[in-house]
Amino acid sequence: MSALGTHAAFIIGSYVMAGIVLGALTVWTLLDHRARSRELAALDPRRGQDQP
Amino acid sequence: MTMINQLANPTRFMALSGRLLPWIAGLGAVGLVIGFYGAWFSAPADYQQGETIRIMYVHVPAAWLAMAFYTVMTISAVGALVWRHPLAEVAQKAAAPIGACFALVCLITGALWGRPMWGTYWVWDARLTSMLVLLLIYLAIIALWRTIDEPTQAGRAVSILTLVGSVNIPIIKFSVDWWNTLHQPASVFRMDGPTIHPSMLWPLLICAIGFSLLAVALHLVAMRTEIMRRRIRTLTILAADRADRTAGMAGYGSAAE
Repeated sequence: MSALGTHAAFIIGSYVMAGIVLGALTVWTLLDHRARSRELAALDPRRGQDQP
Repeated sequence: MTMINQLANPTRFMALSGRLLPWIAGLGAVGLVIGFYGAWFSAPADYQQGETIRIMYVHVPAAWLAMAFYTVMTISAVGALVWRHPLAEVAQKAAAPIGACFALVCLITGALWGRPMWGTYWVWDARLTSMLVLLLIYLAIIALWRTIDEPTQAGRAVSILTLVGSVNIPIIKFSVDWWNTLHQPASVFRMDGPTIHPSMLWPLLICAIGFSLLAVALHLVAMRTEIMRRRIRTLTILAADRADRTAGMAGYGSAAE
């Protein structure tokens, strides 16, 4: 932290905020994909996981 | 064109994207690790901005990707309106939340960079305002997708809004040339070449490639999800239709007795 000087909080804060936003996007995308995969498998077991 | 048509077939897209996804995501993660190593341990501090220059390695790729995803949406909107291709609509819908998140990251990291360098988190200059407008357009597009239930109708309305909003992309790019802005002018994509020192440029480009590959991986996953969502909708409508017909037949049978 001290190596980053007086603006360390702004620098670290930028990376933390970017991590939170992009992490949330990734988790939401993967959860949505898993939910739709299961829904489709329940409706049409022949097509099963991840098939159109 | 034939090759694009073949790739645009949803079944072929699912097969191909399923094979490519792990490679794209893996390469993106490796790119980010190398890029961040360069950004934090190899690139020097800036002679004017000091250590805050490290914010650039997140801020600039986020800004590029926010604009790149809108460009992808604009091209998809043309594909959806002119050729009525369902995969173009799928690509367009899947890109909106990803582009919006990168626009948000760009604005947040820009504010956190602006405070120590300019003495303020926000100023209504042309570059910052046009980037905020891009985020608002993204949010309007996401809201419009959710407002109309029928995917083809929603796709048509969103395509028109996307094409109207695309005017903002060149405004963002050239805002620093057209108006007096607090934001610095372009230092990478310039007619006379980059003005940024190679010791900072290379980590920046590697970070940008890493972020881009991860964003493409997310886009592919989101497209696959949207294709499944449309398939679920079709199957649900068919099942409801079958149930209606069965109920109708049973009603006719009991009336005949």
